[in-house]
Amino acid sequence: MSITLDQTIAQRQHTWLTSLLRSQAFWVFVAIIVACLFLTVATDSFATSKNIFNITRNVTFTAIIALGMTMVIIIGGIDLSVGSVLCLSSMVLAVTMHAGYGLEIGILVAVVTSLAVGAFNGVLVAYLGFPPFVVTLGMLSIARSLAMVASNNTVVFEFGPDHARLLDLGGGAWLLGIANPVLYMVALALLVGFVLKWTKFGRHLYAIGGNEHAAMLTGVPVRPIKVAVYMISALSAGIAGIVQTGWLGAVTTNLGTGMELQVIAAAVIGGASLVGGVGGATGALVGAALIEVIRNSLGLLGINAFWQGTFIGACIIIAVAFERVRQMRSSD
Amino acid sequence: MAVLELSNISKHFGAIQAVNDVSFSLEAGEVIGLMGDNGAGKSTLVKMIAGNFAPSEGTMRMDGEPLVMHHPVDARRHGIEIVHQDLALCNNLTAAANVFLGRELYRWFGPIRVLDYATMYRRSGEIFAELKSETRPRDLIRNMSGGQRQAVAIGRTRLSNPKVVLMDEPTAAISVRQVAEVLNLIKRLRDQGITVVLISHRMPDVFGVADRVIVLRRGTKVADKRIDQSSPEEVTGLITGAIEGV
Repeated sequence: MSITLDQTIAQRQHTWLTSLLRSQAFWVFVAIIVACLFLTVATDSFATSKNIFNITRNVTFTAIIALGMTMVIIIGGIDLSVGSVLCLSSMVLAVTMHAGYGLEIGILVAVVTSLAVGAFNGVLVAYLGFPPFVVTLGMLSIARSLAMVASNNTVVFEFGPDHARLLDLGGGAWLLGIANPVLYMVALALLVGFVLKWTKFGRHLYAIGGNEHAAMLTGVPVRPIKVAVYMISALSAGIAGIVQTGWLGAVTTNLGTGMELQVIAAAVIGGASLVGGVGGATGALVGAALIEVIRNSLGLLGINAFWQGTFIGACIIIAVAFERVRQMRSSD
Repeated sequence: MAVLELSNISKHFGAIQAVNDVSFSLEAGEVIGLMGDNGAGKSTLVKMIAGNFAPSEGTMRMDGEPLVMHHPVDARRHGIEIVHQDLALCNNLTAAANVFLGRELYRWFGPIRVLDYATMYRRSGEIFAELKSETRPRDLIRNMSGGQRQAVAIGRTRLSNPKVVLMDEPTAAISVRQVAEVLNLIKRLRDQGITVVLISHRMPDVFGVADRVIVLRRGTKVADKRIDQSSPEEVTGLITGAIEGV
């Protein structure tokens, strides 16, 4: 009897292979590979180094923010303000540097601004019990408006003494010809992946998303963690804003408009569940990549750009459909 | 000597007197059934012992030392573990993750402190084996039976060396076969010298495992008897008020 019990306990229900096959991020990754193979055969412009360079670079801004968004979604929240925070961070950086300050000061001010916005969102959600949808919707409006105030709604394209360094930071390719934004994305994804899997903080995010009340009762510091997560989300938008400023070489106040929806789409396609408790760093990356591959391929295949929204929307719904099917299976 | 001693505990919320001048003491290795109708003050009393809120009047003592708590985590530090009625489990996490929730173990990976998955799986496996429960540490709570979930919630209390375990309606929402499983878990805790307070509506459970029964009615203690000197009929009478008090 005791032997059989020990055997049952020792038996692993989830090997790495079954958990891989069950992960949505993996299947989205497979879909991307299939799409890429198809496009390589079907068009002669897809598999060119220039096009690949473009795709990878375009993915990064969505992906970097999707990393932060995934953490918010894991705790069962949502952050609609990221597009505006990206713009605010970018504009604060631009205005600071335009006024003659160096790159480091500019980045510092932009980062602090983003963190302040995130802290504001987080405190309202965690300590005052506001619904995250409403708080961040308000911030979506506030942050963009502040960006307009900061720049007087002008286009900034001169960044003072460190102009060249900023453009190199965002537009350069420091390692093996890989665009800098891609390097930042990979580094941040590794960091987020590590935090989610191997730290107490990461474990607690899943616990809060799974059962917030239980997390509270077992001594998880739910409120401080929530504030931290909204700060991380805003910071990821801020970082994307800084990098994008360097890449574009000019900032307007409509930068990042509507980006929040694309970022949420990337996170959801990558397997994050808006109910909370599920999601991962890889998912954020592959979700963003799938969206970009679709966008890119429609152009190359000569399909009218107006169809983009339909395809991306269909992907979101299919992704959620997969989750539903899995839920129905496990409830049997 | 009493492990936990409550003297003249009262709690009022505004004009409502939820618990009124309740005193009792718990001995080591004793199972106490705490019974009473809805609104009798059971959960208020339990929440005070669990550190959710402080009594309006009266004192609690643990091993003779005054017990002052402001937060549920304080109770744990004083050797009081609570198995909540809803079990406070996260469906999306594994059994081991739930057992160690809030008390995760670490190992050093170079200069970085990381979660020690291997040890947490092994320790929870040992705890489940000790509780003789067929619960696998790597399984998700979502896929578990009610009895297995109870084992996970009870498993948590085995991480520290608690003196008192409070169990709030542990058999309320599970099948008959699983009830027997949970009652066995309670006996195993008792055998290890732990005092178990079993809050329950179910007469057979209390008479099945408890040594003593305490009955509350409208915030007041109306009975505190050894199980073998009482009967389900008497306790029912005490709960409903058909019998005034003993």
